[in-house]
Parts: sequence; C-alpha cells; structure tokens
Amino acid sequence: MSTTTDNWPEVQATAREALGEDIAALIDACREDEHPESRLIGVLHKVQETFGYLGEKQLDAVAQLLQVPAAKVAGVAGFYHFFRLTPRGKYVIHVCMGTACYVKGAERVAQKFMEELGISWGETSTDRVFTLEGSRCLGTCGLAPVVMIGDDVHGNVTADQVPIILDTYLKRAK
Amino acid sequence: MATITEQFESLQSRSQHALRDRSAVDCIRIQVGSATCENAAGAREVYEEFRKHVAASGRDDIMLHQTGCTGRCSREPIVGILAPAKMPVKYQHVTRELVHEIFTQHILGEEPLWDKVLDGPISEPAQHEILYCQSRRCDLPGPSPLAELLPEKLRQAGVAEGTVRVTAASCFGACGKEEVGTCAHLLVRPDKTLYRIHNEEELDEVIRQHVVGGQVVQPLTVPGKTVGRKFFEIYGDVAFFNRQTRVALRHNGVIDPESIEEYFHYRGFEAMRTVLTRNDPKWVIDEVTRSKLRGRGGGGYPTGLKWKMGHEAKDPVKYLICNADEGDPGAFMDRSMLESDPLNVVEGMIIGAFAIGAEQGYFYVRAEYPMAIRRLENAIARCREWGVLGENILGSGVRFDLEIRLGAGAFVCGEETALIHSIEGERGQPRVRPPYPTERGLWGHPTVINNVETFANIPAVINYGADWFARIGTDSSGGTKVFALAGKVQHTGLVEVPMGTTLREIVETIGGGTTTGTAIKAVQTGGPAGGCIPAKWLDTPVDFDTLSRAGSIMGSGGMIVLDETDCMVDIAKFFMTFSEDESCGKCTPCREGTKRMLEILERITQGHGVPDDLDKLERLGRLMKNASLCGLGRAAPNPVLSTLEHYRDEYLAHVTDKQCPACKCVALLYYEIISEKCVGCTVCARNCPVTCIDGERRKPHVIDQARCIKCGKCFEVCRFDAVARK
Repeated sequence: MSTTTDNWPEVQATAREALGEDIAALIDACREDEHPESRLIGVLHKVQETFGYLGEKQLDAVAQLLQVPAAKVAGVAGFYHFFRLTPRGKYVIHVCMGTACYVKGAERVAQKFMEELGISWGETSTDRVFTLEGSRCLGTCGLAPVVMIGDDVHGNVTADQVPIILDTYLKRAK
Repeated sequence: MATITEQFESLQSRSQHALRDRSAVDCIRIQVGSATCENAAGAREVYEEFRKHVAASGRDDIMLHQTGCTGRCSREPIVGILAPAKMPVKYQHVTRELVHEIFTQHILGEEPLWDKVLDGPISEPAQHEILYCQSRRCDLPGPSPLAELLPEKLRQAGVAEGTVRVTAASCFGACGKEEVGTCAHLLVRPDKTLYRIHNEEELDEVIRQHVVGGQVVQPLTVPGKTVGRKFFEIYGDVAFFNRQTRVALRHNGVIDPESIEEYFHYRGFEAMRTVLTRNDPKWVIDEVTRSKLRGRGGGGYPTGLKWKMGHEAKDPVKYLICNADEGDPGAFMDRSMLESDPLNVVEGMIIGAFAIGAEQGYFYVRAEYPMAIRRLENAIARCREWGVLGENILGSGVRFDLEIRLGAGAFVCGEETALIHSIEGERGQPRVRPPYPTERGLWGHPTVINNVETFANIPAVINYGADWFARIGTDSSGGTKVFALAGKVQHTGLVEVPMGTTLREIVETIGGGTTTGTAIKAVQTGGPAGGCIPAKWLDTPVDFDTLSRAGSIMGSGGMIVLDETDCMVDIAKFFMTFSEDESCGKCTPCREGTKRMLEILERITQGHGVPDDLDKLERLGRLMKNASLCGLGRAAPNPVLSTLEHYRDEYLAHVTDKQCPACKCVALLYYEIISEKCVGCTVCARNCPVTCIDGERRKPHVIDQARCIKCGKCFEVCRFDAVARK
C-alpha cells in the first residue's frame, strides 16, 4: 500500500480502530477497485449505518484508509442530505414533505411532532429517543401524508394520531 | 458449443421445471402485494396470516404468491384470488381479520365476499365479461361503434340482463400493422379468450358460440401472447386498470419480483435473445429509433438517437447508467418498477449495453429506497447465476455486468453530469455541457444515461416491434407514459396511458376526480421543474411537446391534483423552498435566484408583498431560465412563472388585498365568530390553545384578535358553522 505518511502503521491502526474491522475490511476491498475514490459515498453509507451519524473521527479515518483528502471527505459528507454530522436519537422520525404529503397536510403533522417533543427540524429530544427530520419524497404518495420512523412507514397520518404513535415507540425504546 | 437459442431454451426449461409446482392448473393462487407502499399499508401481516391459514388448512392446492405493486395505492393492501375457471377476484384494504373471512368463505367455501372486493361492492357478479378495446384505431369498419353494437347484439342473442358485463378497456396490444382500422379486439372472461373480429357476423358468432354456448370460437382467436394480456387476465376486471395500457408496468403486481423463473415464464429475456441472435447493434438502435421512444426521465430526448451517439463514440471503454435517482417529490413510478419488476429493467439495460457496446453498467439508486435496492441486488445476483449477466452472456461472447451505486439524497444528482460526479465519489455538482456524456462521461469515457422507465420499455419494443410501440403514442412520441397520480385525487396510484391521452381522462376518468368532490383547480406536472396546468386546459393531450407549450413539463411523470382549497402562491412557495434547498450552489443564477425568489414568495404569503414583487419574480425567473448552468436552475422558476401566468389574480389578492382566496396562508387568515349563529356552547373556547376566546355560556363568544394565533382549531370544532374564516 503506497502511503505518504511516515507514521503510517500508527495512523492506520488508529483509523481501523475508529471504524471497526467491518468497515476497515470494506475499505480494503474498495482499494482493490479500479477507481477506489468512487467508493467514498458507499463507505460513508456504511459508516452512517453503523454509527448512526458521521463523526469527525470517523470521517478522518475514512480519509486515511481510503487515501482521499480529508477536505474532500468532509465536502462530500456535507453536500448530501442523507448524511448526518451530529448524533441522532434512537428513532429518527422522517416526516415526508413531498408535494403529495404537503397538500394533504404534512405540515400540521410535523407541527404536532414538534409540539409533542419540544424540538424543531433536525433536533433530537433530550432523552435521545427521537430525532425529527423533514424528508424528501418517500415515494409512497398514495398514502399521504406519510411518516417514516426507523424502518416503519406510517400512512395517512393525522395530527391526532401523533401522540399515540410516539407512545408506541417510547414504550419500545424502554 | 451450444447456440444462443439453445442456451436460452435450456434456461427456459429450467425455469419451467422450477415453476411446475407453482403453476399447476388446478391450483388456487393467493396473490399478496409486497412493495414499500403495500407493506406500509399492512401487506406483510396479511401475507403472514394467509401463510398460517394455508398451513392450518392442510391443503396442498393452495398457493401463496408474492407480487409487486400494481400502483393502486389508495386501496392497499390488495389481495387477489385466482381460482381455476373462475373470474379473478381482488380485495381491497385487506386486514388480518378480513384474511380469515376471505379464507373461510371464498377459498374454502367458494363464495367470494362481493362487498369487500376492489372498487366494490359488486352486488351480482356476471357470468361473463366482455372487454373491448376502446382505442381509436380499434373498431369495426361499420357505422355503429362497438360500444353501442355490443349491448344491442347481446340483447338480440337473448342474453339475460346482468349476466354479461360489457367493459371498455384500453389496448390489449394485439394490433398489427395491417389490421389498423379494419378490426376490433375483444377479451372474453373468465375464459381469457382474446378475439379479433372484422365484421358484425363474426361478433354474432362470438356471442352465439362462446357467450351463449360456452364454446371458444377458435378461428377468431388471436394467436400467441400479447403484451399486457397476462395483466388483463389477472387485473383487467377493475375499472381503474381497464382504461390503462400497461407496457412498462406490464408485470407489476402480476409476477413475483424476486423470482427469475417467473420472469422467464412471462417472456423474460426473449428480447435479449432476439438481440443477441441478430448480433447487430445497428438493428437495435434502428428499432428503438423507429419506436419513437423518448427519454422518460423528463427531458424527452429520443432514446434511439442517444444510443446511436453512444454506439458511434470511438472509445473501447464505454459505460451505461440507469438513472434511478427518483427525486421529484410526488413521483414514485421508478420505485414501483424496481420493486415490482426489476428484471425487466435489467434486461432493458443488457440490450442497451449491447447496442452501444458497453461492458460495464451502473444503477444509480436513491438510498431512500431500501426495498428497491434489495430487489435490485437480488435481481443482479440471480442474473449472474443464470448466466444472463457477466462474461459471455448466453454464449454470445457479449460481456456485461452491473453494479449498484447509491445516491445520498441530492436532487441535483438526477442531472446527468451531476450523477456522473456522484458515481465518481465527488459532490454531485453539474458541469457545463457540451461535451455531452455520450462523448465524455464517467471517468472521461462515453456514457449513456437513461431513466428506469425508458429501460423498462425496451424489452417490449423488441418483443412486440417498433411499429407497434410507435403506434400506441402520438406522431412525435411513441408508447405510453406512467404517471404517479397523487394529491387531492380519489384513486391515487400509478397510471400508464398512451402518449396523447388527455389530462381529463387521467385525472377524472381513471383518477375518479377529487376526494372532496369539488372542482379540480389545477394539475401540477413535472415536480419542482414543472408547472401548474389550470383546469380549463384539462383537455390537453399529454405528451412532451404539449405540456411544454402549456408552460409545464412532462418531467418524470408526477401528477399532483390540486383543488379549490389549495393556494397557488403557497404551492409555488413550496416548490421554490425545495429548489432553494436543493440548489447545489455552483452557479450564481440558481444559487442566488432561488434564494431571492423564495424570499419574495415568503413575503407575499406573510402579507408583506408589494405590487412590484410580481414583476421582480418574473424578471428573476426569466434570468434563471436563461443563465443557469443545469436543468435544475433553468426549470426551478417554472412553478412560479406558470402560476403567475394562470393565477395572477390570486397573487394580486395576496399583495393588494392581503387575502388568501384559498384560506391557506395562515398569516393572511382571520377568524371571527358570527354572533347570530353562535349558541354559546363553549366548545371553541375550551379548545383554543391560547385561550383567546371569551364569552358566557349560551351567549355569543368573541375572539380576541390580538392574541389569536390563527391555528383554526375553533373553525374545526364548531358544530354550528359559527366561526368564519376569511
């Protein structure tokens, strides 16, 4: 492996530890590719899947192991909406703000979530259970308005249902 | 060495062998949908419940079958029961409780629950159903149209009222070049017989022998399998589908999306075999060109021409990309196709790769579609296993492989140069064109990018012929288009209709009008890059050119129906918020233009607008259209410009009268209690979150306007219509 740092074994060990063996192995495999740097987004997906967000330490480790400039990694992580740079709650509430949901009252549903949780867009509740996100169209417009919590999709949600929905997840989180 | 055909036939028989148990003639099939939307509606629980019931019954002639989604979103979960020699029955809104009823009464008791069926209740099921093609090319040469002739003929033949249902349907895909205008097509169910009749005598014959006598009139049947026929056999009994022509969606909701065996059964990979056997890329490009297929992603660029450029590019390394970064809010056809029929898209890509000479292809899929990604991964793995992807496909020497690359939530990545950057691992920012990707694309090599729906049409074009495909559409654009119908429309879901179908047909006839029964105000097409088409133009036939003349675009096919309660300024603001957020920031007109336009729109909806604002919006919009780098910036002003053109009075009401005619813009609203109507029930006062409503019991109440936050709760809870909203 060609490197530019003279303390490479040390840097590499720190980076591998920060990411865990699975991701480190994935990056090793990516480096075999004809265009390793093109795998950056895929690696970041994996990191977010594992850690829930992209922390500074992880971004730095990815840059080292994939041998891509740290500035570029940060640039890509910051550019795409899907990537989060701050920790999130156990359950991320995606309120779909696509057109169909919007005309069917998604704003009022979102408002209710904010009232109930006392948080605004992008924030996490103090108990670290919920994070509220406005989402791009989830592609289930037939069920508008749609809210996705974790991997569950809830369709035809009304503001009145919000407390009941939150309650189920709160119980599950305990 | 085995020839391509021999290898193909061996794969076919392998799939037939694997399917033998499943397609047994005397088997009852239970079809349960399984796409993101179906699962959200509860299809997984329904499937599990059926599984338990089947196991408990101990019957081995009942088969549970997973299908994709047909695009009938508002009625999901949908369950279909296909019993031998019976009309297929489909149930809507199936719950776990209903599963038990369906299983005991319908499957075991053979008595369908007619009040629970899709688009029901149906009171008296007919013994036969005759579906006739109502497309303008398909009718008898005589003076009276089939629609009138059929009931008349049935009466003459002495068929009792109600025993035969006559239904208008869309193209069965059975028409050939020579038959146009000389014959009509009928599908008789439950026998699923497709007839081609040329005159009234032949119609009499079908009614006398088949409908009355129960004997199929063999000489008049259409030989072979036609496109969409399987679909009609299974799904054609529902009005929502009868008016559609399913080409790109021909397998959706019919086949198991995870089974390559089933795909083979439905003519899968036949088009690929044809192409490989002919071994002539020019022939493929010629067919696609003659089919008048135009890019379904929104641009409408002729696919044949793009492939030709890709083919002619002089570079040994070329790439083919499928753009599945479906970012338009309100469009979900790509997701549905990838989740319900991924192999069809893969086959389209193999053919495309052969035509341009690419050995490596990429699927660029949104990370927001986890199920589509899973199904696609499965499809690619199966294809490699079966030798239709990889080295030496079917022994033809052709090499092609596919890889999935994930997007990460950037709308601009739908633009082809931004998409290429994203695959390369960069920020998804567009660059100046030319050079076009067909000259210099991915890693500097010639690259052809097509949309999911475009690829989904390719196998049909090859299998059924370019002429057939071209004839379905308009003069300038062949085939069908899938629209995602959503918003204030009764039947939300996917609608596939021939190019040139009118908006009214799509929105009113198929979509069933608005949910509230009120008038349609406008139809928004093309997402954030499109515009609003006012109700007075509903008779516009839909294709790329007519929509752009109407100030909108086809886009990827999102269609949002708006009614009188939607404020057009608010809708324009909604799309501008989206575009402002999604602007990548590379070029100034788009980065600054979207920001300033949004500021003005916010000002207007807050009640601080000035008359000059409208001119400013127009000026800025024109500037962005002319000067932006990519399609996102050039199209971003469309929602504002088209609403300004058609609904200027609404903008003026906001600016000059400080009123929102649709009562949508909260800052401009004003709630008041009509003292004559108020009975003093105190419900409003008790529900007001800021306790700004005062009044004694049994006496008219008053809203303190200074404290009112205009939440509208009092308006909602009042049972005496005593709260006025202005």
